[in-house]
Amino acid sequence: MAGLSNEVMIEMLKKLIEIRRFEEKAIQLYKTGKIWGYLHPCIGQEAIPVGACQAIGIQDYIISNHRGHGHCIARGADMGKMMAELFGKSTGYCKGRSGSMHIVNMELKILGENGIVGGGIPISVGAGLSCKMDGKGNVVLCFFGDGAANNGVFHESLNMSAIFKLPVIYICENNMYAISMRSVDSVACKDVGKRSCAYGIPGHIIDGSDPVEVYNTVKKAAGHARDGRGPSLIEAKTYRFYGHHPNDPAEYRGKEEVEYYTSEKDPVTNFKGRLLEGKIITEREIEEIESEVDKKIKDAVAFAEKSPEPELEKFLEEVE
Amino acid sequence: MREIEYREAIREAIIEEMDRDRKVFLIGEDIGIYGGAFKAYKGLLDKYGPDRVINTPISEAAIIGAGIGAALTGYRPIVEIMFIDFATLAMDQIANQAAKIHFMSGGSLNVPLVIRTQGGVGKGLATQHSQSLEAWFYHIPGLKVVMPATSYDVKGLLKTAVRDNSPVIFIEHKMIYPVKGAVPEEEYTIPFGKADIKRKGEDVTIFAYSNMVIKSLEAAEELEREGISCEVVDPRTLVPLDIDEVINSVKKTGRLIIVSEACRRGSVASDISARITERTFDCLHAPIKIVAGMDTPIPYNSTLEQASIPQKADIIKAVKELL
Repeated sequence: MAGLSNEVMIEMLKKLIEIRRFEEKAIQLYKTGKIWGYLHPCIGQEAIPVGACQAIGIQDYIISNHRGHGHCIARGADMGKMMAELFGKSTGYCKGRSGSMHIVNMELKILGENGIVGGGIPISVGAGLSCKMDGKGNVVLCFFGDGAANNGVFHESLNMSAIFKLPVIYICENNMYAISMRSVDSVACKDVGKRSCAYGIPGHIIDGSDPVEVYNTVKKAAGHARDGRGPSLIEAKTYRFYGHHPNDPAEYRGKEEVEYYTSEKDPVTNFKGRLLEGKIITEREIEEIESEVDKKIKDAVAFAEKSPEPELEKFLEEVE
Repeated sequence: MREIEYREAIREAIIEEMDRDRKVFLIGEDIGIYGGAFKAYKGLLDKYGPDRVINTPISEAAIIGAGIGAALTGYRPIVEIMFIDFATLAMDQIANQAAKIHFMSGGSLNVPLVIRTQGGVGKGLATQHSQSLEAWFYHIPGLKVVMPATSYDVKGLLKTAVRDNSPVIFIEHKMIYPVKGAVPEEEYTIPFGKADIKRKGEDVTIFAYSNMVIKSLEAAEELEREGISCEVVDPRTLVPLDIDEVINSVKKTGRLIIVSEACRRGSVASDISARITERTFDCLHAPIKIVAGMDTPIPYNSTLEQASIPQKADIIKAVKELL
């Protein structure tokens, strides 16, 4: 499959399962009141972070958004520290200051999730500028949704990246809904990816449920960026299996639509099937991976639960 | 000591910092051949080239975002927003992103970003090019706010801003650019949070910043001829604020006037008045007086424009009312 070794594809399956299980656990913990605030699960969209992060190197940057757990896990974030952050504990990635929507880690070159829809897009311009000035051939992956694509900063940032030929790969995860607003009703030209022609940059419209297609496209766009030829816009069509957050019953969606995507376009089920069919993995090996992931999630929750609360006197240290 | 224009002092600070640190670069609208709308960057494109003097399209949010992203990844950008009025186009990037990233990251990330901009009344530029919006930024935890009134201060504070690891909103005043002031040849910096007594006095403390320092000094000089001695305290940085220096002065004089060009409603002046009252109530011989801009959009007509902000006569009148 497109130059990907069996080991890498099994690793990708493992990441898909990790993200799925992490999100399922987070929803469960949210519903039982263990975590609070906002939680935006990316169940159904896992193939995009997994394929995209597999296609870049450890020196490259990623910029995430409010639905960002998948990006962090795909980038190698520690699920214990993520879970601790969701619990608001001092051992979390942000010492409990920020919760689900703001996870950052400089070692993993995660420049941050973002609570403001579209808020990370302009920041990608600066990270891209840095990469260009450094001259080391690093790139920036900037993830955002179809909702953010309608924010004015999308235009400002893509235009600026294009004129400066910055090494940024813009990945629009079009999950068909911005909370309740359907993207077919909110995007005038229907496909966000077609807007690339307005900036004179390559545009790709792909199936976001297929991690290999995502991988291949991001790899190509990263090569384009590393060659000094500037940014690309990738629209990965995907589907948010649940509501905007755990308390959203998503009544604005038709039953048939939900059934179609959850049965036909489940990235985890489909990739499992594909690897089984290609005899790259066995049922038994998948079960082993699943129980290994379950253990990791269990350990992550245990770590979060036993971690100390942040100290009241210390939190002001981050404020000058 | 030699005297140079405020805009030249800015240029000197920039040159010194760009020569000192390769990670410092400039980005903004019309800062290339044009040299910036107020010509503070004249000649810098030739000196440093387009990789370090980056001319941008009119895209304020993306300009600030470019600064934030570069600051997060190892650079020290100096971003120019031509008029503070245009910062409104980038408020998410300033208030939700730049200001919050250090805190949101649990202290693991820094945003060493300088946003140079200018505000204020005086050139008939009307409502959308004359505002004093410092209160917007003063209100947001995570930003530092600098408002220098003299050539000496603007140079020393800008150098400090470039070296600071926090986002700094560096607000110049359009009327001060051609004003000359003493600046030493040798290098210096001015720490943030250190007020400067611009004039010593005994009877009344005048707290003023930016262009109002100049007007307050003129008022103080005139009052001196009438035997009234005013102490003019310039905080130079609103965040952090050297409140102790103001309080020391108020304890000595027992009277305080706060002069600010910004509209009074929800202003920095109102906040400072409240904070000083809390700590000096027993020493005050009279209520604190605020001399501020009117709560109006800035008019174009020159008489109306000048009437909308404090003038020397208003400051003199206020001082006399306090005595």
